[in-house]
Amino acid sequence: MVSPREAVASVPDPEIRVITIDELGILRAVDEHPATGRVTVTITPTYTGCPAMDMIRADIRRALAAAGHPDAEVRTVYSPAWSTDWISESGRAKLAAAGIAPPAPVRSGPVVPLTLAVRCPRCGSPETEQISRFGSTACKALWRCRSCSEPFDHLKAL
Amino acid sequence: MNGPFDFALALGDDALIAAQRLGEWTTRAPEMEEDVALANVALDQLGAARLLLTYAGELEAAGRDEDALAYLRDDREFRNCLLVELPNGDFAVTVAKLFFLSAYQLPLYAALAGCADERLAAIGAKARKESTYHLDHASLWVRRLGDGTAESHRRMQAAVDQVWPYVHELFAPFPGAPVDPTTLRAAFDAAVDPVLAEATLARPADGWAPAGGRDGLHTEHLSYLLTEMQVLHRAHPGAKW
Repeated sequence: MVSPREAVASVPDPEIRVITIDELGILRAVDEHPATGRVTVTITPTYTGCPAMDMIRADIRRALAAAGHPDAEVRTVYSPAWSTDWISESGRAKLAAAGIAPPAPVRSGPVVPLTLAVRCPRCGSPETEQISRFGSTACKALWRCRSCSEPFDHLKAL
Repeated sequence: MNGPFDFALALGDDALIAAQRLGEWTTRAPEMEEDVALANVALDQLGAARLLLTYAGELEAAGRDEDALAYLRDDREFRNCLLVELPNGDFAVTVAKLFFLSAYQLPLYAALAGCADERLAAIGAKARKESTYHLDHASLWVRRLGDGTAESHRRMQAAVDQVWPYVHELFAPFPGAPVDPTTLRAAFDAAVDPVLAEATLARPADGWAPAGGRDGLHTEHLSYLLTEMQVLHRAHPGAKW
């Protein structure tokens, strides 16, 4: 029997299916009520308008139901705000393996509109350029490698 | 006008109407990447609108949720600033609108993040990160068009001149609000002035300052926008995908 935590942590992100919601850092807590056994899951969105949130809630309920917790509650919190710094090391490695350049660490202090070099996830070259600041999902930008010419997604630092 | 309810409603309406206008560009933007970009910015605005309107509904405690507030109010009940309801115009006008709106929303959300109201502080902390990208993106286009060809310069200057009068309403006093909008003007100027200068654009002189949006007095453009935005919900109450 898997624990509620294990069941929820293994739910894949619906838009970036190579990593789990735990690795993405949007799973904040899984609590089991000591008396009733009722499970409460707390998640936070990557972006406020993330259209995948409803599907993520449904996937969490389904995973918990399969693990023997059919009446779980899923709460959504906005504070503290999600940061790409919460993506785990294993998550970053899986993103890169799937051709998605992982985000650079978020710098503290005032935000300077500055473009950092992003390594091509296919050939490793730092000779890359941004095609579009906004990509296929809210959390990604579209880049291109000048060495191997391949376009690729880059998860934006937030 | 007073208190957190009116403020949450005003900010939520700003974001909602901005999202609706930006969404009109979908499939019509000048290049495919820009189509995706404007849709993404619209999605961020819609996300902020949902949080703010949901919270406004809870503060009002009259049983109205985000859908009731978005789809079942008439123009006089909307509290958005006039800037967001203006038609998109050509691409330069849309860029000017997004540039000024995000240069206002970024310091606004940053200030909100530090306010005493916990819910508004959480929303501000979340939305400010997204506003940073919006301002960056709009600034890029202002520079590119302003310092581009003679024609793009002419259009960008015309757009800045056209939208500028509507900026002043954003910084009008808001009695009872957790953040005093008059304190945001300095940050707005600090974001806008260097970009205009680099774009070889003249900062318009302050003069005519239309207002009224925060009191429910709108341009005629809002009614047409609401008609399109609300028709499905009004025709099929409670419809779900």
